[in-house]
Amino acid sequence: MPAAVTPWWRNRRLIPWLAQAAAGLVLLVLVAFLLGNLVRNLTAAGLLLSWGWIDNPAGFDIAETLLPFQADMPYWRALLAGLVNTLRVVVVGLVGATLLGTLVGVAAFSSNGLLRRLARIYVEVIRNIPLLLQLVFWYFVVFLALPGGSAAIQLPGVVLAKSGLYLGSPELVNGQWQAPLRFTVEFSALLTGLVVYTAAFIAEVVRGGVAAVPRGQWEAARSLGFSHLQMLQRIVLPQALRVIVPGLNSQYISLAKNSSLAVACGYTDLYSVAETTLNQTGRAVEVVLILLGSYLLINLVISALMNGLNALVQLRER
Amino acid sequence: MNPILQRLRRELFANPLDGAISIGLITAISIAAAAILHWALFQARWAVIQANSTLFAVGRYPSDQQWRLWLLTALLASATGLSWGLLRATPRADRPARLWPRNDRLAVLVLLALAVLVPLGLGLQPAIQLRWWLLTALLLGLRWAAGRWALRLPAIVLRLVPLLWPLLYLVGMVLISGGLGLVQVPPSEWGGLLLTLLQASFAILLCFPLGVLLALGRRSDLPLLRWSSVLYIEFIRGSPLITLLFLGQNILGFLLPGGIAPERVWRAASVLTPFAAAYVAEAVRSGLAAVPAGQLEAARSLGLPLPQSLIHVVLPQAMRVAMPATVSQFISLLHDTTLLSLIGMLELLGTARTVMANPAYLGRNAEVYLVLAVLFWCCCAALGLGSRALETRLNPNPPQRANAKA
Repeated sequence: MPAAVTPWWRNRRLIPWLAQAAAGLVLLVLVAFLLGNLVRNLTAAGLLLSWGWIDNPAGFDIAETLLPFQADMPYWRALLAGLVNTLRVVVVGLVGATLLGTLVGVAAFSSNGLLRRLARIYVEVIRNIPLLLQLVFWYFVVFLALPGGSAAIQLPGVVLAKSGLYLGSPELVNGQWQAPLRFTVEFSALLTGLVVYTAAFIAEVVRGGVAAVPRGQWEAARSLGFSHLQMLQRIVLPQALRVIVPGLNSQYISLAKNSSLAVACGYTDLYSVAETTLNQTGRAVEVVLILLGSYLLINLVISALMNGLNALVQLRER
Repeated sequence: MNPILQRLRRELFANPLDGAISIGLITAISIAAAAILHWALFQARWAVIQANSTLFAVGRYPSDQQWRLWLLTALLASATGLSWGLLRATPRADRPARLWPRNDRLAVLVLLALAVLVPLGLGLQPAIQLRWWLLTALLLGLRWAAGRWALRLPAIVLRLVPLLWPLLYLVGMVLISGGLGLVQVPPSEWGGLLLTLLQASFAILLCFPLGVLLALGRRSDLPLLRWSSVLYIEFIRGSPLITLLFLGQNILGFLLPGGIAPERVWRAASVLTPFAAAYVAEAVRSGLAAVPAGQLEAARSLGLPLPQSLIHVVLPQAMRVAMPATVSQFISLLHDTTLLSLIGMLELLGTARTVMANPAYLGRNAEVYLVLAVLFWCCCAALGLGSRALETRLNPNPPQRANAKA
């Protein structure tokens, strides 16, 4: 009896390719439909993709910038100043959140029961409240309610007043605080909110990493006569870091993305400059492209740096 | 020595350093607690919450139509009571049914306490207070009745009970938005907790199947499916939600024929759902990765076609693993609904902003934000608890209890 020829609709090799072609066709038609509409609607509105507007003077001011900026500078300079502001809060936030998160994460292993429970409560409370709510709380309830002038909160080298956070031997001159380093209330509120929120997640990552080090490693180190500090530094942390670093990567990226909520604290970051730019120029597509591209770039940079760090801490086999 | 004292000594004063830390912490906690208590009792003006409780609950929903929301709440309470009772009355694989386990008795106590204390604390009108008590009574009464008698009902009725929930969702949408003989209430008048829950539940329901499809696509052998899923997931996960909402508000209108943008509420929902789907897809993917490849191969060699082997063999196992991560994505989705206030929608946080813009309540930020924080915390903690309970229930090899071992 001759072998039955498989009909083409039951051919195991052909079917997947046909399925893919069908899916691709649907996708292509959908994208073409949406893009077609976009081009048609933008043409009708006279807003077809063009970048000429980016050299026009912005005409708005930015309250605090690291990169000098005035209202008569072009839009691209405003967006760049916004990006620098975003980077500023992200970089400081990363450092702060890592420090606080590590402290809280390590506190979960303290021999003190109260400290352990406090660390737990901190993580559970902070993670279950929306970040935006926390940010407006820090800004409106805590930082805007600070006393000003001589009533400000004064610690050695640090003054926290209604007008901002002053670092490095602040002095009161005519009722105004002056110091070499000053952060505005908006920046301080955003930074505090981001650090407190992200630290709760980092604490969980750190706790997981330390918990992943087998008990025998601690015991072996102790029986070799290591001190507590040596034990952490030489035995536990190098092993815990292998688990911690990949987890930190995603927390860092989410901090960078969350910094776009700055607008809730009145801090002018990239997003809020972009919003103003869109309101003034109506260039929706270009502005959204710039926004998405910038955040993508920031994420890629963080990922690349963390991958480098990861390669450093991973176990090197011979 | 007293065991409690012994434990305290071991936990707090094991060595001099621990003792010093404990004393410092106890002092700091007492000072903070005293300050907060003093503020809450003597300085805070809770009238801002009491006077605006309706606004926080449903926004500007017309007051002559609010009976529809009460009816919906009553339906939800009955469905909850019925399902809860049935769940407890059904015997489980590993042990016979227990009608009133300890957790349930605790839950009933908490519910009763909430039903009494919250309306009193909010200073609601007696008529509305009475409604809340009746709703609680309805829920608990049905829970009791279903636990006691439901198993005597014919099996076909019992099997139809889970279908109650999708049906209820449709009924709820009709009740809220109108149509079918009810007066239309446009989405611009929905607000407060109602809008928050609507947006969250809508996105949760729709993002889940979408997320499963994306996860399957990402693990597919077909390069086109795989790469388009990867591209989509990574694009969404790489951009902040606020920029995507911004995109939805400003560009969505341009993408549709004639440039007609849907209502603001639907524009936001059409961003939240695909956004959440990308994150759910990653959670499901981790679950899929945990299922040994042999499972799919075994299913295929038994002659099951691919879709059936995925639905009956791979996905049930994958979902069990992926559930905690998926629920935590749902929780962060609930958090993310607060971002809608930044694009001018009056969900809980947006309502709070409008209330505080009222000169009568200027500077009452702390009270309002604190109440919102407690509300969100409770919702999220409840979701987390539910997820953990479901996890133990779905575990095919339940941990042996200590007394069962003997």
